[in-house]
Amino acid sequence: MTSTWLIRGARMPGGGPTDILIRDGVTVEVGTVLDSRGATVIDADGLIVLPGLVDLHTHLREPGREDAETVETGSRAAALGGYTAVCAMANTDPVADTAGVVEQVWRLGRDAGLVDVQPIGAVTVGLRGEQLAELGAMATSAARVRIFSDDGHCVADPRLMRRALEYVKAFDGVIAQHAEEPRLTVGAQMHEGEVSARLGLTGWPAVAEEAIIARDVLLAGHVDSRLHICHVSTAGSVEILRWAKSKGWRVTAEVTPHHLLLTEEYVTGYDPVFKVNPPLRTAADVAALRQALAEGVIDVVATDHAPHAVEDKECEWAYARPGMLGLQTALSVVVKTMVEPGLLDWDGVADRMSRIPARIAGLTDHGHDPAPGVPANLTLVDPTARVRVDPSQLASLSRNTPYAGMDLPCQVVATFLRGEPTVLDGKAVR
Amino acid sequence: MAGHARHPARKPVHGTDRDAPSETSPLQHVKSNTVSGIRGRTILTAADLGRIVDRMAHQILEKTDGATNTVLLGIPTRGVPLAARLAARIEAFEGRRVPCGTLDVTLYRDDLRLRGTRAVGPTAVPEDGIDARRVILVDDVLFSGRTVRAALDALSDIGRPSQVQLAVLVDRGHRELPIRADYVGKNMPTSRAESVRVLLREVDGVDAVLLATANSDGHSGVDGPRSERRSE
Amino acid sequence: MIKHLLSADDLDRDTAIGILDIAERMAATAGREIKKLPTLRGRTVVNLFYEDSTRTRISFEAAAKRLSADVITFSAKGSSVSKGESLKDTALTLQAMGADAVAIRHPAAGAPHRLAGWISGSVLNAGDGTHEHPTQALLDAYTMRSRLGHVEGLRVAIVGDVLHSRVARSNLSLLTTLGAEVILVGPPTLLPVGFEKALPPGASISYDLDAVLPKCDVVMMLRVQRERMIDSYFPSEREYSRRYGLDRRRMALLPEHAIVMHPGPMNRGIEISSQVADSARSTVVEQVANGVSVRMAVLYLLLGGNA
Repeated sequence: MTSTWLIRGARMPGGGPTDILIRDGVTVEVGTVLDSRGATVIDADGLIVLPGLVDLHTHLREPGREDAETVETGSRAAALGGYTAVCAMANTDPVADTAGVVEQVWRLGRDAGLVDVQPIGAVTVGLRGEQLAELGAMATSAARVRIFSDDGHCVADPRLMRRALEYVKAFDGVIAQHAEEPRLTVGAQMHEGEVSARLGLTGWPAVAEEAIIARDVLLAGHVDSRLHICHVSTAGSVEILRWAKSKGWRVTAEVTPHHLLLTEEYVTGYDPVFKVNPPLRTAADVAALRQALAEGVIDVVATDHAPHAVEDKECEWAYARPGMLGLQTALSVVVKTMVEPGLLDWDGVADRMSRIPARIAGLTDHGHDPAPGVPANLTLVDPTARVRVDPSQLASLSRNTPYAGMDLPCQVVATFLRGEPTVLDGKAVR
Repeated sequence: MAGHARHPARKPVHGTDRDAPSETSPLQHVKSNTVSGIRGRTILTAADLGRIVDRMAHQILEKTDGATNTVLLGIPTRGVPLAARLAARIEAFEGRRVPCGTLDVTLYRDDLRLRGTRAVGPTAVPEDGIDARRVILVDDVLFSGRTVRAALDALSDIGRPSQVQLAVLVDRGHRELPIRADYVGKNMPTSRAESVRVLLREVDGVDAVLLATANSDGHSGVDGPRSERRSE
Repeated sequence: MIKHLLSADDLDRDTAIGILDIAERMAATAGREIKKLPTLRGRTVVNLFYEDSTRTRISFEAAAKRLSADVITFSAKGSSVSKGESLKDTALTLQAMGADAVAIRHPAAGAPHRLAGWISGSVLNAGDGTHEHPTQALLDAYTMRSRLGHVEGLRVAIVGDVLHSRVARSNLSLLTTLGAEVILVGPPTLLPVGFEKALPPGASISYDLDAVLPKCDVVMMLRVQRERMIDSYFPSEREYSRRYGLDRRRMALLPEHAIVMHPGPMNRGIEISSQVADSARSTVVEQVANGVSVRMAVLYLLLGGNA
């Protein structure tokens, strides 16, 4: 790698316009750069430079459902969304519950070369919630797994959850829990409340999430382990997290862009593009989640990018698979729901979408502001642009975005992964 | 119609321009006015209507051997009170009570696709039925003939009359089917763009016949022949 | 003019009354020697049934045939449906066949809404999962009107498994639209959580059937399924029957004029005793007959206007 880039006049969050000189994968100079010899210059006047975004929760579907997404197509969507690293969930087919599978995913990510793909390992064999997977083997594999999750399924057995929390302490791992008490969500289709009563869809009660979070923060506190809560969706969960954090327990949590923007009212037309797990909640929940993200009770935004093939969404609601695309629209939704209402500034966005998730995932190359000697994982954003979401224009192999036709703010103009552009002028380099 | 098939060349019996007192000159009614919320030229006044119904009742008596074995069936909406008026006049002239009923044809129309669904009216046949009787269908305006066609179909589903005749207050021309009336109150040459609106006391609170030009007045409730709700 | 009937919410007061009025005219033709009307000649009505429901299917078939429509019935058994063809592919097939209307019965709530997005003809919800069954509500309202003279001002108790009942949902919506008062009665486990807040004006909830009966003009018993007991919604059939079943003792609590309805099929001895089901107050058989008239009226309304 010998390419040299000069980003001219980009604004750092909370700072003024600055130049950034990148060479051989790292930032070499920040400030007023005079010597641009040999550098390709990017005029970044009016653009904001963020540390490359990091997603703690991505479904890449490979291996197993390459018709819905591959590591490469998902990586491209991520790069276009401003991401330089994504954590790939374990619910592939085969499940990423062995060193072999996580290494395969990790290599596929490296081959694609558009973002760093950090595999997440399954907590239990086959996600069945019965027996611990070989967590240590995954941790010491080439993939260096640090996050373990049965996402899509809850680790429901409290004893197994306790063991998992304790076990991963040996290699500074973290258990990312999909909080859903399965006995309370049998056949559940949407948030349980007035709307589900009206639509005749089986309810997914908020308490099914809150009960597991309450149990797990207590367990994490008891064994002094790291717990991460996936896709927090209710106001009640926020209260439990606030309490757990006040105890000093090592608990972190994420919220998805869709839970920051959409409510259960979208279900009314029975279009399964709005079917997701946990389900879209009430407007009061949305408000509480935004507030919690602003205050830091919820630490990060994670996409839960969940591509699904057309036939898995163009069907009856109850038969559709839950999940939404998220990578390419996440930043815009966060700007719309957090920055525009004044709940978060751009520095806060950098925290919630890059610095803190990088720290949680142990991705030491990511989440850094440009500074001499630091790997150049950066994202340039045009904050004044507006984009109308067109599903057919998304890089994902799937089309299940809930934002089709919506006008969203801001646009990723360029993304750099270790000093090389993956996105330029808003287009994927390859 | 049963009668017509046997006498295709006979002109229908109706009041001609000469014997209708109100028809000395159409020009005398040219001024546009509003009657009962409907705007248009008044073609027939209440007095004219009274005389026409009287004459039609006499014609029916003449042509039906004193209204024996005869049933009047009005086609909703305004054919129903017209049938009742004819029956009342017949009774006044001859002392004979003619059974009166209602025949709704909505479900037999062939223009549902064009005009959309409408409320379905009641069908009420006199107690003794219509089998082997002379049925006189009564409607306010004869236009394309499609309502009468539907009425004939409806009639055949509820019984088998010995003869079917047709009485209309106004025949405005523009037939689309080989149908003609046996009794016509008034022949009224019109253009297709015009619309004939019969107003009856029982339904509209006033007796009159108006001629309106389609779309000349959005408030008139009277529009082009294609979408006119009851123009025949 | 409405294009589809997906939910009883699609009906405003005037449209609903219009349907009941037309149904009355349709019923009048049922007594004639020639029952068939030419109204929908040349139109194609498809009955798409993903659930066994002989009574509803036959009712829709009879309604369409009386109006001279061409009727095609697809049932889940013996068609590609059971071999896993998607609803969307079936919809495209129906579209290619030129279906003017599709009456769909489906175990998944919202399936008719999906279908309506894929075909150009009218869609009639003939029961979708635990969501709605709007023609059942219309025939129930029709039955009330023909027995009691009016719907407005009636007090109607809907008793039993409201949570899983499409009949209850559609009746709640339609009857309150028509100005009736609706009391939903059942064990709390079988009433949706948060329903109190979602109820339309004129509706309320009670857990006490005995307290409700003396002030009711209509009591509508819902079918309760055995699986609900296994899922711990109630302890036993015996206890359910004691607390929420309509037997002779409870029937005596009703005012003199009150009627007893059931959408069928009945579980005799559980939600309704045989003496009640077969009593003069019971409208069960009329409800079936009225179903044909009401469905004729709905087909006429949906198909008459859109070519």
